[in-house]
Formats: sequence, C-alpha cells, structure tokens
Amino acid sequence: MQPLGSDVGPDTCWEHFPHEADIGVRGIGSTKEAAFEGAGLALTAVITDPASVSPLQAVPIACDASDDELLLVDWLNALVYEMATQNMLFSRFQVRLDEYSLHATAWGESVEVTRHQPAVEVKGATYTELAVKKDEQGRWIAQCVVDV
Amino acid sequence: MDLNLLRRRGHDEWHIAPRGKMRVPGVIYATEALIRDMDEKVYEQVTNVATLPGIVNASYAMPDAHWGYGFPIGGVAAFDPDHGGVVSAGGVGFDISCGVRLLRTGLMVEEVQPVKKRLADSLSHRVPAGVGSTGQVRLGNHDMEAMLAGGARWAVGKGYGTHEDLEFIEEQGRMAGAKPEQVSGRAKRRQQDEMGTLGSGNHYLEVQQVVTVHDAEVGAVFGIREGDVVVSIHCGSRGLGHQIGTEFLKSMAVSAARYRVELPDRELACAPINSEIGQEYLGAMRAAINCALANRQILTHLVREVFADLLPEARLSLLYDVSHNTCKVEDHVVEGTPTRLFVHRKGATRAFGPGHPELPPSLRSVGQPVLIGGTMGTASYVLVGTEESMALAYGSACHGAGRSMSRHQALRRWHGRDVVKDLESRGILIRSPSMRGIAEEAPGAYKDVSEVVDAADEAKLAKKVARLEPLICIKG
Repeated sequence: MQPLGSDVGPDTCWEHFPHEADIGVRGIGSTKEAAFEGAGLALTAVITDPASVSPLQAVPIACDASDDELLLVDWLNALVYEMATQNMLFSRFQVRLDEYSLHATAWGESVEVTRHQPAVEVKGATYTELAVKKDEQGRWIAQCVVDV
Repeated sequence: MDLNLLRRRGHDEWHIAPRGKMRVPGVIYATEALIRDMDEKVYEQVTNVATLPGIVNASYAMPDAHWGYGFPIGGVAAFDPDHGGVVSAGGVGFDISCGVRLLRTGLMVEEVQPVKKRLADSLSHRVPAGVGSTGQVRLGNHDMEAMLAGGARWAVGKGYGTHEDLEFIEEQGRMAGAKPEQVSGRAKRRQQDEMGTLGSGNHYLEVQQVVTVHDAEVGAVFGIREGDVVVSIHCGSRGLGHQIGTEFLKSMAVSAARYRVELPDRELACAPINSEIGQEYLGAMRAAINCALANRQILTHLVREVFADLLPEARLSLLYDVSHNTCKVEDHVVEGTPTRLFVHRKGATRAFGPGHPELPPSLRSVGQPVLIGGTMGTASYVLVGTEESMALAYGSACHGAGRSMSRHQALRRWHGRDVVKDLESRGILIRSPSMRGIAEEAPGAYKDVSEVVDAADEAKLAKKVARLEPLICIKG
C-alpha cells in the first residue's frame, strides 16, 4: 500500500492510505499519544490542508474504551462530532492516555469555506484496517479507514 | 478478483461455495469483466457476511460491489429472527437510508436551456451543500421527536411538499417502528442544524435530461420521455444517521461476545434481532430512515421553490424515492415458504418486481423504479424491478458506479477548476463551494456506470428504462 501524506514534525507524522471507496488515516509517532495526535491531523487532512487551519480555540475531549483500537476509533469519532456540531476544523492536538481512557485538547477554528475549501465531511471512523501497534522500527502506528 | 475462486452459474452469476465458517454460499452478480476488476476484498467481505448467524440463502453482491467496511458496498443479506438471525449496524453503514429520489418537471430541455445558468445559480444559492452548511429548519426537541417518528410525512405536515409525494416514497414516506427515544442526544444534537442539507462527497442534486428511453412501455408508466428534464437528489440521514451508526457499531462490537456472535471482522458488528441491543438499534435505525426521508422531502421543497421562481410552468412530481443503505423487514419466499426476513442492503437498491403490494397502484403493473446515480459528467439510469429479481437477491439491484480511483489519486490528477471548465464546455454546469471536492469527485475517478447497469440488466436484477445525463450538478 503506497502511503500518501506528509510529515509534520520530528515526533509525529501522518499519512493517508488508500481504500477503494473511502480513505485511510494513519498517525505515526515515537509514543502512542503522538500517533493518536498524528491520526487527528490525518483526519483533518481528509477535509482540508491542516496548514490552513489556525489553532485559535481549544476544545477538550475525553473518551473511554476497552482497548487501544476502540479508543482510537472513539478519539477520531469525538473529533468528527466536535467538527460537525461546532462547525470547526482542528490543526493541533495534545493527547494523554491512561489505561484505556483518553484526555485531549484539540485546537482549531471555525470553518471558512472560501479559505479552507473543505473537500468532504467525514461521517465516521470505521474498524476497517484498524490498528494501534508498534512497527518494525519501534514507532507507534494508529490507523483506520474513515467513511466520507 | 481471481476467477478461480468462483464457480460460474449462468452468464452473470458467480458462486462461492461454503467453506470454513460460512453458513451459506456467496453469490456475486456481475459480468466477467466487472468480476476481474473487483477487489479481492469483495470476496473476503462476501464470505465474512456468509458466516453471520441466521443468514438465509446466500450472501449476495451486486454488479457495483466494491471494498466496503464489514459488508461489501453492493452487499445484500437477509436474516431470519427465528433462526438466531442478526441485525448489523455495520451491514447498514454510517449513512443510514442514503438514497436517491427523482422528480419529473414536466419541462422539455429546450424550455430549460434559456435559464440554465440562472437555475444553476439559484439552486446552488438555495440548497445548502458542503461541509459546515446548515439548513433553514432548526429543530427543537418536540419537532425532532416528531420528525424521527414521522419521516417525510412529518415534512409534508410542515408544508414541505404534497401528500401525493408520499405515495411514491418507500414505506409511503414513514418508516414504521422508529423509536426516537433510542436515538442518543449526541445524534440529535448533530442533526439540529442539518435538516434540508445535501451533505458532501458523492451526494448531489442534479438537473438532468432524459437522453434515451430503453423501454417505452415502462417509460410511459413512469411518465418519462426523451428530452424531458428531471431532477435527482442523492443524500441521506446526515449527521444523525452517521452518529447512530458510530454508536451502535461500537456497542454491537463490544456486546458480540456476550451474544456468542463470532465476528470475522469487527466492522460486521451485529446483535441478534431478538435481543435488547438489536431492538434498540432497529428503533434508532428506523428513526434515521425517517430523518433521511424528511431531509430529501425538504430538499424537494427547496427545488420546487427555485423552479417556481424561474420556470413557473414546471410541475415537479415525484417518480420515486429509493434508499440504498437499510435493513428492512420483508416477506420473501424461502424454499417455497413465505418467510419474514430482515434484509440488509448496503449500497444496494431495493428493486421490487411487478405486482408487489408495497408499490403504489399506478406503478404496480410494471414494478418499482430503481434509481442509479452516476457521476457529474457521465449518466444516471432509471431501471425497473423484475419478477426474476425477487428470487435472485430479495428484489435488489446495484446503486451506482463506485470509485475506480482513490480521492488522493483524483486530487493529483485533476484540478477542480479544470473539471468545472471541461464539463461546462460539454454543457454541464457545476456548482460547489469546494474546488478540491470537485477534483476528488471528478467523473474519471469513477467506474463506468453504464457497464454496471448493463450487468444488472443482463442478470435480470432490474431492467433498463432510461438513461439520464446531467445539465446542472450541485455538489457539496
């Protein structure tokens, strides 16, 4: 599978991977938290260029799940919910994980259609290609397909 | 897909013999060319669905089947509650009751051409589309409950459309058995400002011309002739449906072990129909069907207002409204015995044949209109359900073209502005708030819808009636 996307920093990066109808989001980081943050950026990049989104307003997010993978889906779905109900896009994330619960802050701004040119809204994160694991190089990977 | 995995039964029917934990065979309806193009994941997903408890006859895939999540998109499966059958949130998907409706306008293409540009601008101005758009109907708690219970009937009661419309909507515009109390506060919150919005992605509103009538007799019953102008609306249950799908996918995935349901893929999250969570999901999912029906009804009203302003002689009447992501209770004949089944259609259109009691009297003699969406640069089709289809896959057919290219590939290949310019030179006006969205939805990023429709016709899933080509396309 040919990854697509870009790096955003030394500790966290993101990429998209192809799915026939939808799109895969993948965060990569030196810690599990960083991988989750990268997955958040990859989610934004499905909709718009994350660089066009100013981190002006902070939104707190918390979720619980019985394993890491379900927690990743919950995290992405929480972002989908905040984007939909607050009409926002996010470009900066800080994630804290404790034993299957997540506490995070997402920073972003209101959607401005002419500037952000949002391509598509994300309906939800799926369990397809879902994984939270370490790769061969010891980096954390957090990924799944999202439905658009 | 490797043809060696399949056994050919007839020209367009391919079987996967049960193996491992499969309870029934898999059956794919497609031409050899379409099968060769299909992803191996379709094979995997068809066989996974065949392992679910209570599945009846077979796990089916339509000619447009492609890699989905859990079920293939283009998947059909029915479950018997008396034999441990399940209902699957994954088998319905996120966009519950996404569907297409088609309106006749009573106008010929020559009458629309002089105002085409104004019509495109006005539709684009009037119909909220794209990320972050909000509708003019903001629902309070009382109206939200009434909408979720009443569907398009609620919308008509509020002044959006006519009672005559209801006759030409599946379930006569209102899905029975909806339980608004099973819809979470978050799902309702997500819908509060989204009534009467088109959404984004592959959703669209198109003004189209009928370019070919393949079956004049059925065309006459449907009231469509070559040169007619029609309007198609493709959208679903918006944020409410997405949130219900999200929440039940998780609760069903987590509870599967408790119900001793073995999931080959967590995305197939399901629960026994006769279980608490199964019943809760059915109540919420049916409320989401009503939300989709109400949404398309409000959009229809907006379109009528625009036509009334610019083309007052137009009379917009509903040919039919189909949903292609649902689970519905239907009576089918299984091994000679009438049986009540829970039929899941994920990216598949119900296609009931002639004489079916669910159809309105004026259409009953010919069968149900089956509305297949194409891309903004190619074509859409009207088909009709067949008698044979009832025995092939519970009266089901394909739903669209399906992508041939990922969004990223499309974005690398095309610029939105060039796509708009190119289509304009071919007489198709595109209006969208997002040029990136246009590039991702470029016609070249989709498979050939005609090939899919021809395959459905050859397999007798549904019969071709008319080909429609776009004049105006409003995208989210």
